[in-house]
Amino acid sequence: MKQITAIVKPFKLDDVKAALEVLGVQGLTVGEVQGFGRQKGHTEVYRGAEYTVDFVPKVRIDVVVNDGDADKIVGAIVEAARTGKIGDGKVWVTPVESLVRVRTGERDADAI
Amino acid sequence: MSHLLAVHQLLADACPTGKYIPVGLTDSKGAACAGSGQVDSGATAWVLASSALVLLMTPALAFFYGGMVRAKHALTMLLQNFATIGIVSVTWITLGFTWAFSGTGKYLGDNHFIFLRHINDTVPALGSFQLIPTMCFVAFQLTFAIITPALITGSTADRWRFGPFVAFVTIWSVVIYAPVAHWVFDGYGWLNRSLIEPGGHFFAQDFAGGTVVHINAGAAGLAMAILLGKRKGWPKEQMRGHNIPFVLLGAGLLWFGWFGFNAGSELGADGVASAAWVNTNTATATALLGWLVAEKLRYGKSTALGAASGAVAGLVAITPCAGWVSPMGSIFIGFIAGFACAFAISIKNKLGYDDSLDVVGVHFIGGWIGTLSVGFFSTKGTNSLGNDGILYGGKGHFGGWNLLLHQFLAAGAVTLYSFFGTLIIGFVINLVYKHRVPEDWEAEGLDTAMHGESAYDWGGVGNTSGHSGISIGAKEGVPA
Repeated sequence: MKQITAIVKPFKLDDVKAALEVLGVQGLTVGEVQGFGRQKGHTEVYRGAEYTVDFVPKVRIDVVVNDGDADKIVGAIVEAARTGKIGDGKVWVTPVESLVRVRTGERDADAI
Repeated sequence: MSHLLAVHQLLADACPTGKYIPVGLTDSKGAACAGSGQVDSGATAWVLASSALVLLMTPALAFFYGGMVRAKHALTMLLQNFATIGIVSVTWITLGFTWAFSGTGKYLGDNHFIFLRHINDTVPALGSFQLIPTMCFVAFQLTFAIITPALITGSTADRWRFGPFVAFVTIWSVVIYAPVAHWVFDGYGWLNRSLIEPGGHFFAQDFAGGTVVHINAGAAGLAMAILLGKRKGWPKEQMRGHNIPFVLLGAGLLWFGWFGFNAGSELGADGVASAAWVNTNTATATALLGWLVAEKLRYGKSTALGAASGAVAGLVAITPCAGWVSPMGSIFIGFIAGFACAFAISIKNKLGYDDSLDVVGVHFIGGWIGTLSVGFFSTKGTNSLGNDGILYGGKGHFGGWNLLLHQFLAAGAVTLYSFFGTLIIGFVINLVYKHRVPEDWEAEGLDTAMHGESAYDWGGVGNTSGHSGISIGAKEGVPA
């Protein structure tokens, strides 16, 4: 099993969700996060003064999938989230040792 | 019995002479005594209503400022403003009023009205022009004395310990506000002089408090902002207001209350009061537009926060002008103030003082713009008691450029007295009780750290009760 984590622009969440549904993904977890990458924040104006904002708001998406589906799903997320402009985000994959469904106690692949 | 006899004899005699004469006194033939001021019910009703309108401005200010601070400091700001109502309501009726509005001194009143004694006597400066009971005048002026120190809280936001703040407002309302009110609002004051100079000419004209309220609060706000130092993280960190709808709610209520402030300052219900009403609305409207235009030109976007700030800048600027200028003049006064103040709020970043919510940029600069505008836009067409300004052909000893010079001197005198007086008061209090909150309170939020409550209690993790509450000690068995 793999955990796929995607950090994307907030307004791209719906597109990514739709792409994952097409591939049959059963569930995912999202959260609002903030951070910076190579662009290093941006400049904002508030009440007559300019400020550098270090952290840019993003959405984080986590989904656990079978090993064989990981590449396909990463590809779909990247395609759905890309605008071509700076700040599109990142997607990475990490191995998952075990998984349990809380209600039934099913484990690993059965719990996906 | 002897007391009643004395009153009877007094009434039977000719009218008494002297500075203090009972309101509405008549001679034995029933004619009004000169200087006794016959009470007019229309004027009294309007000024009492205006007093309530102006009192509402301080809670309005609390929301205007409260929305502009971060959520963790919101209640501290609201509390400072409400506490000011509590404090000044007492200092004003005991000492402040008498030092501002009794006697015939140039620099300070006397103790005639101390603890509101002799309250059935007329205010010497109003004399036979007094259409309202003196107690009504006390009420009206009280609300001005409350909002002036409340305005200071904007420049000192998020770092003033509550105890020294209370001490400051108590002293400031008597030592700074009352004398300045006497200088400018009282006809015997050295910046007003309408009862000293021949012909009843005003030295400087301040209809409702451009100098007394706004320049005064602005200069004091600057002094306290410097004395307190910068907020932790300023100017690098962007300290965005947490609730812009509150700011607009506050600005709207300020606008509403300001009709009492300006139109009520006529102390009568007449044409000048009506002109002051229309002028107030006109200048506020154009200042709102002026600020939006300035923002659009500078950054490409007009903001709701800018609209609220522009409206307040217009209200400030029209305050000294309200009963002297025409509605057409008000269009220009408002627009200039809104446009200029939108730029003035950036001065603090260049000079490096943390005027947190722009009391200097809006009230001090706006107060100066309004006070000087009188020298240009004042017209006898609106108010025959005033002088004509430069644009209305004013000339001679008191009109035109002379009036502008006098406006400048009055604004300058109030600026210097308020700035240095505030520095001294602030410095002395600091020797006894440090103004500045500890650094960790500032990081945590003054609401929980200083007052044990929070504005927005959403509950803790998993819907347990939230973090707010006054801590009265460590849990039993847990090391403190």
